[in-house]
Amino acid sequence: MDLEYGPEYQEFTKEVQSFCKKYEGLSFTDGSNNPLGSSGGSGGPKMSRSEWQKTLIENGYFARSVPKEYGGYGGEADILKSRIIAAEFSKSNTPGPMGGQGIDMLVPTLLEMGTKEQKEAYIKPTLHGEMIWCQGYSEPNAGSDLASLQTKGELVGDEWVINGQKIWTSTAQYSQMCFCLVRTEPDAPKHAGISYLLIPMDTPGIEIRPLVDMTLKAGFNEVFFTDVKIPASNIVGKRGEGWAVANATLGHERGSLAPPDATMNRVNMLMHLMKEETLDGKPLIEHPIYRDRLMQIQGKVLAQQSHALRLLSAKLNPGADVKIGKMIQKLTGTELRHELEGLAIDVMGEIGTLYENSPHLKNDGTWQFIYMYFLGLIIGGGTSQIQKNIIAERGLGMPKEPKVEGA
Amino acid sequence: MYFGLSEEQSFFQDNVRKYLEEYATIDNIKHIANGDEKNLSAEIHQGLLNLGINALLIPEEFGGLGLDLLFAAVVSEALGGGVGPIPFIAPYVMAPTAIKHAGSKTQQENYLSKIATNEYRFGVGFTEFIGKRNDAGITFSDHSLNGRAMFVLDANDATHLLLADEKGQIFVVDAKSSNIEIVKLTTVDKTRQYSEVICKNLEAELLENSSDSINPINQAIDAGRIMLAADSLGASQTMIDKAVDYAKERKQFGRAIGSFQAVKHMCAEMAADLEPCYALVWHAAHCHDHSPAEARLMACHAKAHVSEMAKGIAKKATEVHGGMGFTDLLGLHYWFKRIGLNRQILGSPELVREEAYKTQV
Repeated sequence: MDLEYGPEYQEFTKEVQSFCKKYEGLSFTDGSNNPLGSSGGSGGPKMSRSEWQKTLIENGYFARSVPKEYGGYGGEADILKSRIIAAEFSKSNTPGPMGGQGIDMLVPTLLEMGTKEQKEAYIKPTLHGEMIWCQGYSEPNAGSDLASLQTKGELVGDEWVINGQKIWTSTAQYSQMCFCLVRTEPDAPKHAGISYLLIPMDTPGIEIRPLVDMTLKAGFNEVFFTDVKIPASNIVGKRGEGWAVANATLGHERGSLAPPDATMNRVNMLMHLMKEETLDGKPLIEHPIYRDRLMQIQGKVLAQQSHALRLLSAKLNPGADVKIGKMIQKLTGTELRHELEGLAIDVMGEIGTLYENSPHLKNDGTWQFIYMYFLGLIIGGGTSQIQKNIIAERGLGMPKEPKVEGA
Repeated sequence: MYFGLSEEQSFFQDNVRKYLEEYATIDNIKHIANGDEKNLSAEIHQGLLNLGINALLIPEEFGGLGLDLLFAAVVSEALGGGVGPIPFIAPYVMAPTAIKHAGSKTQQENYLSKIATNEYRFGVGFTEFIGKRNDAGITFSDHSLNGRAMFVLDANDATHLLLADEKGQIFVVDAKSSNIEIVKLTTVDKTRQYSEVICKNLEAELLENSSDSINPINQAIDAGRIMLAADSLGASQTMIDKAVDYAKERKQFGRAIGSFQAVKHMCAEMAADLEPCYALVWHAAHCHDHSPAEARLMACHAKAHVSEMAKGIAKKATEVHGGMGFTDLLGLHYWFKRIGLNRQILGSPELVREEAYKTQV
């Protein structure tokens, strides 16, 4: 056991800290609201979001290992440096890079499986925040059983003609592009009949309808495709290989949904709240039952933080067996975050139910919002029940359910 | 940066594990539990002493191996995994830790070197400092102890005991004195020994540095708690392994019961609950020696959290076995009961979490 990063990394940490200091309180000239980026601060330098993305890339704090020719920094992948960058930005009042499914999922997919033309056309504008993507995977009848999707793509001449419907499509209303799973080989077995297509969202025949979720925000959309025509070359991988292309990066999304450091920040915030808020004249933290519940959760989060260190170490030192350790992250991370946000509501009682811009609202209503939002994350990206199947079947080697005829 | 066990630690753990697989078979555990093979436990103990488990934490200057607590934690994990029917936590972890922190140079010399050579074996009774039940309690005056200590660990076969009063002062007493009465307590866990100790004007030696600081006793309790967490971790892993194996074998309705989601999901939940406990226990053990600022909080949470996870696993793993899990025949209950004891000794989860909170104010 050695939890020191070493002198090279201490030096690097100082570099990142001084960069963060320089841009502290940075605000954006093109508006503070962007669904994919942080809102920015005040009192610091001003620039556009795209300029900020470029500044981060030039300094190696974003897209660090993406080759220069595709708009990245062109450095060696360095797991510890990535962790230091994330940690220092989260501690400072300096906005981090934009996220979203284009940056988190499409870019790694193209780097691994895209053609040279695709890499050149898409990666740079995506990293610069100039091209936003949405993910067209789920359908009304293809949720947990995603591979049964039915949106149809037919090659007519040198164009794909697409018909069907996608659902749970976040950020579709802001997106220039959609990476989409489409059934192109209707006669092949279900996993082998899917292709991974890249669809410009301004193509005629696309209709977007917002889908309001329980938080009362339109976090999702339904997207309808009627005779949507795109060039035949807008495919990643070969015809029928879409399932493998999509799965190459799906694991990445699952691991990153509920990082334990962020959950620990919320534990600390809740502890602070419980020292400020009173019940019958006594701070909430002095009520033993609430205090014990907070301590229970703190213990769980500490376990997940230690676990994250173990997984980080396994990336640096290949050979460690952490197969089950990686599989449990989505399940345990999202469930724990939901439990924590729910505890905050319980300790506040009636005040915990206040929402939107009500009087007496605490912490901008984030506890209620995130409590509900994380129920969405427990369901999305593979439900907790699907995660348990994965852990049991792939992790523990337990037998699968017998196949149902025709499914 | 490396978060995990060293090759030496894994190797030593494997040796303990293999030794227990060979000698502490379920049949032997049954004999020991039923009390019909008095020497068996001593033989198994001797075999592990030959590996050096008594000297792990003793500094090299006193003839020990000078290893850190993580090393002891991986041994404890292996002992839990095999329900090792031997004393470990009190004589080889808590006692050396207490003497190291509370003893004067002379006291360290006197006792640590003799633990390393196995001339002295300590039982430990600190319960009254952690949480005094009913009328238990020890008082010290005129170089002697009076009163009663409950749940003294590993007092049987001990040459000496470490007892503590409510203030956290630690005393060395002769376990063979005529002024001491050691009453064996029967718990559900038959793989280890728990006693009540009654002292009447019992001559006692105060460990000098415990007279004005509770740090030494807390160091020993933290170390003991991390060992209990590690023991439950190992015991839980064995229960999961047995449940998963059984669910793959056992057939009902024409298929392995492990193919039913009701069963499969119980197994997945157990694995998801336990997996982060490895990192928590290792991390807590590491902090104990190398990161004093976090050490107490980590030890408390390791004890409380692993106890909670292990309790759920002990129940679910038994349920996966159906009726067989409930029988004495299968012997799964030895792990269930060991986990049950680990949860209560040196502070139940609620007590320990309250201590965790107090480290933060």
